[in-house]
Amino acid sequence: MTSLQSNDFELFGLSPQFAQERTQIDARWKDLQRQAHPDRFAAQGAAAQRIAMQWSVRINEAHQRLKDPLRRAAYLCELNGAAVNAENNTAMPSEFLMQQMAWREALEDAAGSAELDALADEVAEMRRALLQQCAQLLDEQHDYAAAVTQVRSLMFIERFARDIDARYEQLEQAERRQ
Amino acid sequence: MALLQISEPGQTPDPHQRRVAVGIDLGTTHSLVAAVRHGVAECLPDAQGRVILPSAVRYLADGGRQIGDEALAAVAQDPENTIVSVKRFMGRGVQDVVGREKLPYRFAEHAGMLGLQTVAGEKSPVEVSAEILATLRYRAEDSFNDDLYGAVITVPAYFDDAQRQATKDAAQLAGLNVLRLINEPTAAAIAYGLDNASEGTYAVYDLGGGTFDISILQLSRGVFEVVATGGDSALGGDDYDAALAAWALHQAGLDSVTPADKARVKIAARACKEALSSAESAPFRATLSSGVAIDLPVTRERFEEITAGLTARTLSAVRKALRDARLGTDEVQGVVMVGGSTRMPVIRRAVGEFFGREPLVNLDPDEVVALGAAIQANQLAGNNAAGDLLLLDVIPLSLGIETMGGLVERIVPRNQTIPVAMAQDFTTYQDGQTALALHVVQGERDLVADCRSLARFELRGIPPMAAGAARIRVTFTVDADGLLNVSAREQISGVQAQIDVKPSYGLADEQIARMLQDSFSTAEDDMRARALVEARVEADRMLLATRSALQADGDLLTAQERTPVDDLMAAVDASRTSDDAKAIEAATEALAKGTEAFAALRMNRGIQKALSGKNIETV
Repeated sequence: MTSLQSNDFELFGLSPQFAQERTQIDARWKDLQRQAHPDRFAAQGAAAQRIAMQWSVRINEAHQRLKDPLRRAAYLCELNGAAVNAENNTAMPSEFLMQQMAWREALEDAAGSAELDALADEVAEMRRALLQQCAQLLDEQHDYAAAVTQVRSLMFIERFARDIDARYEQLEQAERRQ
Repeated sequence: MALLQISEPGQTPDPHQRRVAVGIDLGTTHSLVAAVRHGVAECLPDAQGRVILPSAVRYLADGGRQIGDEALAAVAQDPENTIVSVKRFMGRGVQDVVGREKLPYRFAEHAGMLGLQTVAGEKSPVEVSAEILATLRYRAEDSFNDDLYGAVITVPAYFDDAQRQATKDAAQLAGLNVLRLINEPTAAAIAYGLDNASEGTYAVYDLGGGTFDISILQLSRGVFEVVATGGDSALGGDDYDAALAAWALHQAGLDSVTPADKARVKIAARACKEALSSAESAPFRATLSSGVAIDLPVTRERFEEITAGLTARTLSAVRKALRDARLGTDEVQGVVMVGGSTRMPVIRRAVGEFFGREPLVNLDPDEVVALGAAIQANQLAGNNAAGDLLLLDVIPLSLGIETMGGLVERIVPRNQTIPVAMAQDFTTYQDGQTALALHVVQGERDLVADCRSLARFELRGIPPMAAGAARIRVTFTVDADGLLNVSAREQISGVQAQIDVKPSYGLADEQIARMLQDSFSTAEDDMRARALVEARVEADRMLLATRSALQADGDLLTAQERTPVDDLMAAVDASRTSDDAKAIEAATEALAKGTEAFAALRMNRGIQKALSGKNIETV
């Protein structure tokens, strides 16, 4: 039976694998919230509210993790005993680091949205490729240790994508001032 | 003992058993109350047939008050004591109020929230808002000739924790049971979604009197999900009036005028603006106290020029919200217009051009928020058991903790679906450090100085360890109203600290009690009679709920656990016959407390059953 201690996949009634349909995850999330959300128990007492809130929080937490391919991959690694340890383990293949540095320079030099678009596309392409490799390592080869390396690379890429977004915002503000 | 009737699950109880629940739009310039009657949401009018209550409160020297139209009529002659747009001051300090030097009020500086000096003494924005809410509460009670069970109150999506808490305090002060605070644009979508049964991604563009909100919502199968919000809590129709007024004064060569004149010119600006919504040109006419008259022709085009900067500011917030939601304008299926200011043709055109489609305007933009809140209130009160509406809201602003060097470590990023709990581990900075000061902030900027300070508290009693050895887990829990609770726990020693983030202005309960006595003095006998009726109703409700719970899930309790519950029920039953409201309340409270563990067991069983049932059904 489902409990607060069930893992995300059990809670959502999904098989524990990387390949998932986003629409199905979202549909299950809404089904579950429909059962457990505090608003469903608004006319009941404080104890009912508290329990409903615990469940609702747990369901939202699982949804956040399952819907994001990167977090889902990291979670699968953890469930299978391969810790990601993002904070402590920053050792990356030198090839990957070189690529990162080249991107950073390109980002600093980007003067217009056309250059930024090109960079964003390149980063998105790399992300897609890495996610595909992740899927294979996790679902077919069950090589969780190898998948951890890809997950870490993807974390770098995610951070970089956020920096690109910030740069877009800067450019937009500069344009508006003119 | 009388037998109590219980309706079949899913069936609507008899009308007289329905709980009266209302939706309240507590707006910057005006407020409304709505309720579902005969299955339809409608705004409730006052005795004169007016549904809109201007959000204006005038304090008189004799301690009396005027609220609504009466107060608004006096704004020109008594601007200092007539508080309008008080919503801008909720949960705000004096320095937070943009353009305060242009306002006619005498502000009082306090830590946390400002005060307003009036002829009747100092008033907190919470008290002023409570006057407005109480007026709407009386209106609703008169309409139904019954007490209110509760209310859903709307707030701008962009409201931070302090502003939400202040709103909730105002409701409490007005004697309202708050079922839920919901975001105004979400309420608007509820009103539209139910009427039109729409599916897809929608933008809600809400330009009210004093606030602008943009929300991106996803509607599917009875679930309203807010995927992104943005806006500006100090931008609204009032600013359009002010811009036009400033322009007119400048044209007339008058750069400094008295507060009373300023108010007159603003009223004239507003009239001119409203006329321009239906006419291509309109006169700007005002007569100052000196006898000087301003009479200027204003074309719609000129008005649009004067206010172009304001309109552009709204669109730039729209752009940002779309980026947060990772959506293009072409992915938005419809744009809902909310707020009286969206009647301006310039706004409708600018929004239409931006999204490449005509915005939706078929509901009254002034009423739509209150109507949606009423639908949600009706559901939360349990009147619509078959209702399938579920609201999944997000937190509008990121929440974090101050770290070394005045930087913010974000713990809950904005746009997370609530309720939510998120944790982050911190450590000590110095050897032997035994306490940790935690500073909770809200906002999107990286520097603490640029964010809003919500609360400070300390975790004490950490055993002395080397710097960096302690593991302090800070957990932020945001409930379904969007209100924050923070707890900190040192993992190795288990030392704990916790705080309900009551904003720094900290209205203590005694203070609220005093305000209640000051403002809403009801005849004492009435109050006592009412308290007794309420206590009995609550006792009956609690007994009934406990009996049916025991019938359904009594097997969860051992005989040993069951006996005290039976005793507590007997005690409530016995207390009912007395005339002592306090004794009845105490017995009811004891029963509620004594059955909490049982309620928890039942909830868990119920939810587990529901969730597992779903799994089998769909896998």
